[in-house]
Amino acid sequence: MAEYSLTTPLTDEAVAKLRAGDVVKLTGTIYTARDAAHKRLVDLLDKGEKLPFELKGAVVYYVGPSPAPEGRPIGSAGPTTSYRMDAYAPRLHSLGLKASVGKGKRNDAVKQALKDYIGVYFGATGGAGALLSQRIKKAKVIAFDELGPEAIRELTVEDFPLLVINDSAGGELYAKPDLKAAGLE
Amino acid sequence: MREIQAQKVIDAVAELCMHSNRYLPEDVKKAFAECAASEDGPAAKEIFRQLTENYELSAETHLPLCQDTGLAVLFVEIGEEARVTGMNIREAINEGVRKGYKEGYLRKSACDPFTRANTGDNTPAIIHYDIVPGDKLKILLMAKGGGAENMSRVTMLAPAQGWEGIKKFVVQRVAEAGPNPCPPTIVGVGIGGDFELSAILAKKALARKLDDVHPDPKIAALEKELLETINKLGIGPMGLGGKTTSLAVKIAVHPCHIASLPLAVNIQCHSSRHEEVEL
Repeated sequence: MAEYSLTTPLTDEAVAKLRAGDVVKLTGTIYTARDAAHKRLVDLLDKGEKLPFELKGAVVYYVGPSPAPEGRPIGSAGPTTSYRMDAYAPRLHSLGLKASVGKGKRNDAVKQALKDYIGVYFGATGGAGALLSQRIKKAKVIAFDELGPEAIRELTVEDFPLLVINDSAGGELYAKPDLKAAGLE
Repeated sequence: MREIQAQKVIDAVAELCMHSNRYLPEDVKKAFAECAASEDGPAAKEIFRQLTENYELSAETHLPLCQDTGLAVLFVEIGEEARVTGMNIREAINEGVRKGYKEGYLRKSACDPFTRANTGDNTPAIIHYDIVPGDKLKILLMAKGGGAENMSRVTMLAPAQGWEGIKKFVVQRVAEAGPNPCPPTIVGVGIGGDFELSAILAKKALARKLDDVHPDPKIAALEKELLETINKLGIGPMGLGGKTTSLAVKIAVHPCHIASLPLAVNIQCHSSRHEEVEL
C-alpha cells in the first residue's frame, strides 16, 4: 500500500499508478455534487450546454455539507453513499472526470468506466464529517444555489485524506462479505 | 389536566436536535473503544481512531458529527392527563425542529419526493404518537441519516419460515448493504405486528442503549446470536474488513396475525444520534 500526495487537476499518469488500498492526501480544488446536482449536470450535457466547472482532470466529492457556522468556510462535510451517482458517473468519466470521492460500493458500469477512461474511486470515512471539514480551507457555491446542501461548491482542500477503493486496473479494496461463515451459503 | 406551554416543547425539541447532532452517546463511544481493541487489522483500527477524533472534535467545535444531520424522527408519549397549550402539539414539534436545525447549523435534508425541492427547514418531521397513562410528555428524537436508512427493508415472511427465515433475511440484508450504511452499524429488528408496525418497532429499538440486555432472556439470546452471525461476515468498519460489522442488534417483538410474520430491518450508522426529554 503506497502513500501519495496529489494535487488537482489529476493527470492520467497520476491516476494510472494508484492501486486499491493506497492512501492519498489530496490538495487543490475539488467540486461537490450529489444526487440533484448530478441530474442537473447531465441535463446540461443533454442540452449541449457548458458545465459549471471544467471536467478534465476534475475530482467530484459526493457530499452535502451542513451549513457553515460563523468563522468557518464549511460545516460538517463527510462523504455520502456513492451508488446513487452510479447512473451518471460513467458519462462524466468519458468527458474527463478523473476521480470521485464517496463511500460504499460502485456498480460494474462505473468500475468499467474507471478502466476505460483511467479513473479512480476514492473512499473517505463516512460519518467523520467534523474531522474531514478541517481539511477544507475554502468553499464557494458555483452553481445551483437553490439546491441548498446539494448545490455545487468549489472547495479548496489541503491534504484531504483518501483511500483508493476502486482503481483503473480493476482492483477493489472493499471486503467481500463471508457468506459461508455467516451460514448463508 | 396538566398544561404544558407550547414554547417549552419548541425549546426542548430544538435543544434535542442540536445536542444529539453534536454529542455522541456514551454507550456508542464505549462500544468504539471496546471494538477497536478487539480488531487486529490496521484499517479497522484507523477507522475507529478517526471516528473517535471526530466525536471529540464535534463536541469541541459544535460542528455536527456527520453532515447528514438526518430527518427528525420523533417518538412522542403523551400522558392522558397532559395537554400542550398555545399551539397544536404537531406544530410545536415542527417549530422546534425548524429552530434546532437553523440555530444549530444543521443540514436540512427534507425534500419533495418528486421534484426533489428542499423544504428548506427540515420539516415536516416524522412523528409517532402514543397516548399513555399519566401527566408527562416524553419526546424521543432520532436524527436519522439517509445512507443507513436506504439500506433498511421490510418484508412479510410466511409463518413457517420462523426464526431461521428471520435470521437469514437480516444477515443477508446486512451483507448486501456492505460498506454503504457506514459500518459499524447498529441493526434494529422489528418482528411481528403488521407491515408498518414492524418498521416502527425496528426503528424504536435503535434508541435502546447498546450495552443493555433485553428483559426477555429468549430475545436477548436471539440478539446475541444475530450479532455474532453478522460479525462473521467480516465487512468491518467502513467495509474495509474486520471483526466489527455491527456494534449491536436490537430486537423488538409484537404479536401478529396468524397468517403473517412481518419483519423489518432498520439499519443505523455508527453515528447513532438520539435523545429523550420528559416535560
